Amino acid sequence: MNTLALKKKAVQLRKRTWQLIYNHKNGHTGSDLSCADILVALYYDVLKQTPDTFETPDADTYIQSKGHAVEIWYEVLADKGYIDQKDLDKRYSTFNSPYIGHPTTDVKGMEFHTGSLGHGLGLGVGVALAAKMDGRSKHTYVLMGDGEQAEGSVWEAAMAAGNYSLDNLTAIVDHNNLQITGTTDTVMRSNPINSKYESFGWDVIEVNGNDIASVSNALKKPNETGKPRLIVANTIKGRGITVAENRADWHHKIPTQAEYEEGICELDAQMEALDHE
Amino acid sequence: MSKTDEKLTANAVIAQTLDEATKTDPNLLVVTCDSRGSAGLVPFTNAHPDRTVEMGIAEQNTVTVASGLAHEGKHPFVFSPASFLAMRSIEQVKVDVAFNKNNVKLIGISGGNSYTWLGNTHHSLNDVAITRAIPDLEVYQPCDKYQVKALFKYLVKSDKPAYVRIGKRKLDNVYHEDFNFVPGKAKMIKDGKNVCLVSTGEMLYFALQAAEKLENEGTSTAVVDLASIKPLDTEMLGKLAQKFDYIVTVEEHDVINGIGAAVASEVAKYGHAKLDILGFPDKPAIQGTQDDVFAYYGLDSGGIAKSVKTFINK
Repeated sequence: MNTLALKKKAVQLRKRTWQLIYNHKNGHTGSDLSCADILVALYYDVLKQTPDTFETPDADTYIQSKGHAVEIWYEVLADKGYIDQKDLDKRYSTFNSPYIGHPTTDVKGMEFHTGSLGHGLGLGVGVALAAKMDGRSKHTYVLMGDGEQAEGSVWEAAMAAGNYSLDNLTAIVDHNNLQITGTTDTVMRSNPINSKYESFGWDVIEVNGNDIASVSNALKKPNETGKPRLIVANTIKGRGITVAENRADWHHKIPTQAEYEEGICELDAQMEALDHE
Repeated sequence: MSKTDEKLTANAVIAQTLDEATKTDPNLLVVTCDSRGSAGLVPFTNAHPDRTVEMGIAEQNTVTVASGLAHEGKHPFVFSPASFLAMRSIEQVKVDVAFNKNNVKLIGISGGNSYTWLGNTHHSLNDVAITRAIPDLEVYQPCDKYQVKALFKYLVKSDKPAYVRIGKRKLDNVYHEDFNFVPGKAKMIKDGKNVCLVSTGEMLYFALQAAEKLENEGTSTAVVDLASIKPLDTEMLGKLAQKFDYIVTVEEHDVINGIGAAVASEVAKYGHAKLDILGFPDKPAIQGTQDDVFAYYGLDSGGIAKSVKTFINK
């Protein structure tokens, strides 16, 4: 898929996510939109994994530690054929549905229950360590939030990944500088993230996390450092829909009808612009 | 085991059983948190460096990493003091191990009051309460070397997550070489008529001694081993609840929500037997040698027998 097609895919998935959240009145809107481009880069350009192979020994593993951004992940999995789009549209956030507000293994393509923050990186360390022990070629990717960096268990895992030189592990921090209460700098300063990981024995790359080509290139850059890799993906929370952009209260705000319609118009305009590129 | 009457620690038996299991299980791993010495695993880790994962003093991440290892087909046995494994890491146990149903065996070493002078930060008198409340997590507390061996042979083959609490002392022998461990089955070691003691782990031997005292004084006393705390043998407990007028549970645990509560939840259904729960009171425990502390709380054989007599003569 070329860059233009990836950009279109991101707009399409943002629109579906926006619709899913509006229709069912539930979701982490700002968080979903923030990491949409990262998920597109991963699932449409990088991850060696399909609905048929994701459980095989050499298939890559994706762990979404910031589990609350689950709606965009559902839309990716539906689009890629892991789950049924109509089933998702109908049952998301309904009684006894597998499509709930955080990832579970009841959904095909999701390998772990996540959402309790600070767990994903350690899970990734376990997966990557096992793959190394076996000499398997798989790569493990973990997406975390920047607010999540306040969890102590993140740093236990970061230390272990450095200690075991897990160069088959790539972590990505969705660095939008916002969390539910406000900015990460006012709630609990995790910045600078780069130097913290570097001191824990990681190779760190910083990119524009809403530029799919940049994210893709960083994810695909051969890792010859012998270290685990962190991609600090600088993003805008709520990216793509103006009303939700860069606002902490849109962490899990549901659009009103007017906001919804405005958002759809905006996304349609983005798609139209891409059609003319 | 070498000599049949030789007393061994649970640690020694576990190390030997896992060492034997490496011959048949290529995926078996031992995961430690700077705890290989306390767990008696140094011979194992020296013999099998490729099966040893050292995670440092980081119990939370250790449990999470073990879940990741298990997800990839490894069979990790995590060894950490019960005090830390069952409390500090409990959210990781719940979410990463139990929710994912990943095959992680959590071995709480130096459990109960066995760290003696190290104090309450190192004692685990609440671990059964919290682990047995987690869905899909099995909970075991073995009493002697034969049961430890049989339990670990089962754990090596099982693909279910489990928590096991062991202590530090050389275990008195209760069973024999041919002991067969069946998860979810309580075992009546000694039958009786007047009162039934239900116990688990190292405390079981004290309950047996107490039963002997009670017999000598004319009280016919049964003793039941509840090594399998979860799954719970509700069938056996139902029978005990109807047969006996008095049931007394004995455990090296806070009286809140340990095996006493597990037994009570079944016994109460039948409205017959009266139940007394013996254990550590719901306050910070006094410090001392295990024997002195057990005696202080009436959990030595004499104390148990005395409590039973008081209870049935009320």
